[in-house]
Amino acid sequence: MQVAESSRMVQTTSTLGSRVIPDSTLGQIHIDNPRMRAHNVDVFYGDKHAIDNISLDIASGQVISFIGPSGCGKSTFLRCLNRMNDTIDICRVSGEIMIDDQNIYDSSLDVVLLRARVGMVFQKPNPFPKSIFDNVAYGPRIHGLATTKVELDQIVEISLQRAGLWEEVKDRLDQPGTGLSGGQQQRLCIARAIAVSPEVILMDEPCSALDPIATAKIEELISELREQYTIVIVTHSMQQAARVSDRTAYFHLGKLIEVGDTKQVFTNPLHELTQDYITGRFG
Amino acid sequence: MSDRVTFVLSPERAAERVAESISLRKRKENRFLFLGKFAVAVALGFLVLLFSGILSKGIPGLFQHYVTLDVQLDTERLDPSGQRTIESLADGDFDGVVRDALYKVLGPPTGRMAKRQARKLISSGSGQRLMHHVLDNPDQMGSTVALQFAVDDDVDTFLRGLISRDTPEADRRVSNQMISYVDLLQTRGRISYEISDYLFFGSASRDAEMAGIRGALVGSILTLLVCIVIAFPLGVATAVYLEEMAPKNRFTEIIEININNLAAVPSVVFGIMGLAIFIVIFGMPRSIPLVGGIVLALMTLPTIIISSRASIRAVPPSIRDAALGVGASKMQTITHHVLPLAMPGMLTGTIIGMAQALGETAPLLMIGMVAFIVDVPSGVTDPGTVLPVQIFMWADFAERMFIQKTSAAIIVLLAFLISMNAAAILLRKKLERRW
Repeated sequence: MQVAESSRMVQTTSTLGSRVIPDSTLGQIHIDNPRMRAHNVDVFYGDKHAIDNISLDIASGQVISFIGPSGCGKSTFLRCLNRMNDTIDICRVSGEIMIDDQNIYDSSLDVVLLRARVGMVFQKPNPFPKSIFDNVAYGPRIHGLATTKVELDQIVEISLQRAGLWEEVKDRLDQPGTGLSGGQQQRLCIARAIAVSPEVILMDEPCSALDPIATAKIEELISELREQYTIVIVTHSMQQAARVSDRTAYFHLGKLIEVGDTKQVFTNPLHELTQDYITGRFG
Repeated sequence: MSDRVTFVLSPERAAERVAESISLRKRKENRFLFLGKFAVAVALGFLVLLFSGILSKGIPGLFQHYVTLDVQLDTERLDPSGQRTIESLADGDFDGVVRDALYKVLGPPTGRMAKRQARKLISSGSGQRLMHHVLDNPDQMGSTVALQFAVDDDVDTFLRGLISRDTPEADRRVSNQMISYVDLLQTRGRISYEISDYLFFGSASRDAEMAGIRGALVGSILTLLVCIVIAFPLGVATAVYLEEMAPKNRFTEIIEININNLAAVPSVVFGIMGLAIFIVIFGMPRSIPLVGGIVLALMTLPTIIISSRASIRAVPPSIRDAALGVGASKMQTITHHVLPLAMPGMLTGTIIGMAQALGETAPLLMIGMVAFIVDVPSGVTDPGTVLPVQIFMWADFAERMFIQKTSAAIIVLLAFLISMNAAAILLRKKLERRW
């Protein structure tokens, strides 16, 4: 195992030796009417330069996937989009990320409002240790979205329906969310995210802890949700990116190497690094 | 690659070596297992020794000997002005009435010496006890009632068989005359051995047979109340601030180190500090549960802070992410998710701190809670004492009966502690949630 790993490492570095990291991103980073627009974003963890000058537009009503080898900065960039990086003390972000012509790193912007508009689903399913109902109702409750109990019930039901979980849990809404299976938990987390009616949903490797059947369900769900929400998904599975996303962005060592329509990126990548990655030569 | 020494082990040779190492490993494991079991056995042994020692000494202390007397509640003698108040009863001759009842049972003793010997049979607080009985039951006035009075502590000790009849009279605290009276009372069925109400409802007294822990118990409860009201909110707030909000810089680091050091400061130092600050500078009275509670709160704060921080840290970060991800503010994340999940651990720490505080003697000595106080404190500003200090004081007395009372008080203290821990476990079970 050890040997196999290290030999691959050797191959990787040697392969990289002949590849040139481009100064600027290849492909189409700008689009018309973007939902979010990142401009010259840099992220530092202490001294470490984790994201190097990334600009990228995120279109509304689309799924965009971020792919790339581990440690390439795709999750970091994703977490910049709703300022989840704020929780890390040593993290510093420069550049601007606009949502509807407002910079989300502007001091006048309320981060609570931002996170209500840009929801997030995490790698590991993380339902609250509360009932299924309370899990979904938590967001609407703290934001005061429902004025009556009936409205709240409706929000919970619709959210669970959209997350494809309603039929499975409608008879046991008062049972703990942590008692569900992994796939169900992740769909519960998606229901929790959409319960506050966000515009954008960020998904950080949402299927990495799930089995293939649960993964298929989540992917199906993403395809359904794309009509109403803008979805940004980080994934390690190239097939998943190819299946669910409209656009694909390839990250490498903190840089955005190229971005384009998923079909084009997977069939005709502009850069050799992308080519190497999607053909499985490293990563 | 070529100059590296290659060491190739054939599978057979490798298997041999593994077999060798396995027996060695097994022996190590067995030794470790044995040591563990041995340690547990030793600890259990000491526990059994401790408990059997305390129980064998203390359980007799929970009982004492009573003599039953038919007391004639003569209105003329007990309440000359007839108002049934403490003031008017103070003029009554309660001691005389009890004495007469005793003489009657003994078949009136003749001569001053005999009377004095007879009087020494019963507790000197018997008149007081009769007065309280009359205060509680004013309607019995004028009738004759059978009441139980404690026998004198020397007589009690004799009845327990701890004073031998064979000892020469000059060397024993019970005279021959008294022994014959006791025998007489016993043959008439007047002596009984019962659970001591003096112990549970009496207060501090120099007379062993009347000494009780009620004042100390109430003092302990009041002191602990003050302690928990101050220490728990302060400790939890400090822990939450340091863990969730404070920037990690040199200043907070210094605070952290100091809190940890504070946990190791001897408790008597807190007592001196309490004396210097609260009593000398702020001019608060001595011996009051309020000051005691504040001092104990300062002492338990580090324990509560450290355990609270540990339990906050044990809340999985994914829960925080989840809450922040749906747009909860930092405060909402803490109050809705982190605190409820950390609460069982915080409570455990608090109860451990409280248990420590309950057993603490030294700092309370410094602020004067060691005073001899007969009255039961009715509030946190009334002078009082606490259980461990009461035990400490009783352990100092020479009378034989105080040894038993000391052990009995220790049992009460332990029962208090165990019930506190049980409450903590129940609370934990109730609050605990799994994820």
